[in-house]
Amino acid sequence: MKNLIDNLNKVFDSRIRLGIMSVLMVNEKFDFNSLKETLNVTDGNLASHLKALEEKGMIRVNKQFIGRKPNTSYSATSSGIFDFQQHLKALENIIKSQ
Amino acid sequence: MEDNLKSIEDIRTIRKLMEESTRFLSLSGLSGIFAGVFAITGALIAYFLILNNGSIHLDEYNRILPQAETLSLRWKLIADALCVLTLSVVFCLYFSNKKAKREGKIFWSPASKKLLISILIPLLTGGIFIIVLLVQNNMQLIVPGLLIFYGLALANAGKFTFDEIFYLGILEIITGLVAAFIPGWGIIFWVFGFGILHIIYGIVMYRKYEA
Repeated sequence: MKNLIDNLNKVFDSRIRLGIMSVLMVNEKFDFNSLKETLNVTDGNLASHLKALEEKGMIRVNKQFIGRKPNTSYSATSSGIFDFQQHLKALENIIKSQ
Repeated sequence: MEDNLKSIEDIRTIRKLMEESTRFLSLSGLSGIFAGVFAITGALIAYFLILNNGSIHLDEYNRILPQAETLSLRWKLIADALCVLTLSVVFCLYFSNKKAKREGKIFWSPASKKLLISILIPLLTGGIFIIVLLVQNNMQLIVPGLLIFYGLALANAGKFTFDEIFYLGILEIITGLVAAFIPGWGIIFWVFGFGILHIIYGIVMYRKYEA
């Protein structure tokens, strides 16, 4: 049982980080505001979790301008996708082991 | 045991977010029922009021009379169809917005934008094609054309909303193709495709997801 839990990725311990990755797994990119509404979190909270994922190299930030308004969107990196899939497998194994 | 529960809860969250961020699931079955009722009402108005109890057979009428004389008839039918379309769209937006609010979901999301684009491409192409048919006086293919392009729009949109929309689209396409082979039955196929299919779909969806 101990081993199974060790396989979980600590980064995804937080529900919000788990949520961000779930959305980015199935969407090529997702902008900040839509992410905020989908996950139902505050600006600051979301920003700090995004920062953490970015520092781990799991997501990529794309900044662009739509007209004059800045628009920030996020995508999962290939290593982020790999880590998330490993985490999913670990979750499934824990459930199966019971 | 605690880890197990948390894992199940995590997986549930992942699945829910993956679905909600890619599919617009606030379409209400009620909008289907209303669209069907409007389509049937529109057909009754066309048959009894505009086409004079069906005594005016648009195809034959058109070929014999000079175009100017059928112009008002044509405009009345176009206005009738546009009313059905407008009312259906307005009610669809109203009920979907309401359902989204009730479920605490966002109405204007990346998923609903994708849904809209996937509907609009076949639908606008179809709309322009129907205008071509009108201009060329090819009345027989109008109802089949409307059904086919609408069906293509729904089949295309199925990726971004309930799977059932995809199957409704396929049924509309089949109805349109059959209608194309049987000229002169436009109103009947209109009632079936836009009326009856919508009402059945609406009732099924309402009972499955909302009741």
